[in-house]
Amino acid sequence: MTAIPGTTTTHLMTINMGPQHPSTHGVLRLLLELDGEMIVKAVPHVGFLHRGVEKLAEYRTYHQCIPLTDRLDYVAPFSNNLAYAIAVEKLLGIEIPERAQHVRVLLCELTRISSHLLWLATHALDLGAMTVFFYCFRERETIYDIFEMVSGARMNLSYIRVGGVSRDLPGGFLEKTRQFVAEFPSRLNEYETLLTDNPIWKKRTVGVGVISAEDAIDFGLSGPSLRGSGVDWDIRKTEPYSGYDKYHFKVPLGKNGDVYDRYCVRIEEMRQSNSIVHQALNILPKGDFIARMPNVTLPTKEDVETKMEALIHHFKLIIDGICPPKGEVYASIEAPKGELGFYIVSDGSNHPYRLKIRPPSFVNLEALPKMVEGRLLPDVVATIGSLDIVLGEIDR
Amino acid sequence: MDNEAIAALVKTSFPEAIIDSKIFRNELTLAVKREYITEIAKFLKENKELDFNFLSDLCGVDRVETHGVFEVVYHLYSISQNHRVRLKVSIPSSNPTISTVTGVWSTANWHERETYDMFGITFDGHPDLRKILTPDDFQGHPLRKDYPVDGRQPATLREIYQRGEE
Repeated sequence: MTAIPGTTTTHLMTINMGPQHPSTHGVLRLLLELDGEMIVKAVPHVGFLHRGVEKLAEYRTYHQCIPLTDRLDYVAPFSNNLAYAIAVEKLLGIEIPERAQHVRVLLCELTRISSHLLWLATHALDLGAMTVFFYCFRERETIYDIFEMVSGARMNLSYIRVGGVSRDLPGGFLEKTRQFVAEFPSRLNEYETLLTDNPIWKKRTVGVGVISAEDAIDFGLSGPSLRGSGVDWDIRKTEPYSGYDKYHFKVPLGKNGDVYDRYCVRIEEMRQSNSIVHQALNILPKGDFIARMPNVTLPTKEDVETKMEALIHHFKLIIDGICPPKGEVYASIEAPKGELGFYIVSDGSNHPYRLKIRPPSFVNLEALPKMVEGRLLPDVVATIGSLDIVLGEIDR
Repeated sequence: MDNEAIAALVKTSFPEAIIDSKIFRNELTLAVKREYITEIAKFLKENKELDFNFLSDLCGVDRVETHGVFEVVYHLYSISQNHRVRLKVSIPSSNPTISTVTGVWSTANWHERETYDMFGITFDGHPDLRKILTPDDFQGHPLRKDYPVDGRQPATLREIYQRGEE
């Protein structure tokens, strides 16, 4: 404890929040220096979940890296798969079929909804609104059932492949998704009746964890955390990938950059994502779900069984993998948390020479001390919730 | 601005600092001399036409075996102009030090700490250069190519526990 000069009774107190604390949303340790209940200094300590994903990737073929990406932001695996696949496709310089693009968009927007639902559920729970948690998990369950239909797994999906997706959409998928899309807006209204105009909710969130637009850019915030401060930047609009330019949607913006504005932005984003899924269902074209390129994607099962060349390609791809040209690319997408980028350096061999992941949560968390210093202890909980961090991608 | 225009503008402003410029897959890469990095970073951010106000990413690349250098790579983006550029600085592995850019973009703080942790590259003038992802007693820099992928630390937690049980 350090004494404050000029006073005799007050001391600064240092406390540990986490790494085992439910409201830090994982294994985040915050070292807080408190003057009473006011935060004088906050120092985040991360790395408890470090698994060396970037190192592991250097020893795997390009396809073998896909399961590693699932485990970054484990509540939005499709987005991670997509960002990685787009980076490798850019490196290879290949185009993917129309249908695969739409399937990717469709699933990524469902992922965004499910990620935001988890955020809303836990954020509200942290601030004492328990009912919202149960409602959100009901809808999230439906989305996870859809994911299970598509990929066979509920969490670590690894459905997207370099060149497309691993298989076509299963029967019954369209009906189930259509049903979800039709119901979801009314569910969203239900959540809003519980929170948006609730005076307790507003007292906990309005004017809390404020960050100005200039500071937000300076600290590299991205995604809803940046747009809450009123900066209009969405990679889906500015650098459209996977055919996002064919969809009509709005980018919701906040004004004050506080917890409440970030809440409003994410709620509206769920509505927009729902509309994108709806559009994707309507314009989903027929065709191949993966590019047919013998040196990049696996041949069909029938071809392997009947054609000699297909069998050889299959064998070579499994044993050797893809060998992209020498060079380096950086590709980023608008993940639910912000700009998720992959920087790949290729030396022409079958595994990445260097794979750098730019995780949005890592960068967003860096701004936390800026938002909470000088504020009260309970505001830390609200602010962490509003940044929507996932420690899996922070620590990698 | 398109890639050629950005490259031309930076080259005319700093003819002696830009060693090389390359465009691959429509991405511009500028190789910068080590001494000029802070100056160029400031210029890229403050020039109104370029306006690179957003540091997307900063990382290291180990090229010791082939070139005897580490590379520090900066990915910049301009929110107002919607263009990107990549800066690359080669620093000798015998003296892996470079000036910090935390004064230009605050977000560089954690990125530089991570690069220091993973490669042992030190950033001159960094306000708080500590390890960030690996534990405090971790030895070595795991993303260097000479660090084995199955590298074990001298005393793992398990060994400490086992010793305690005996």
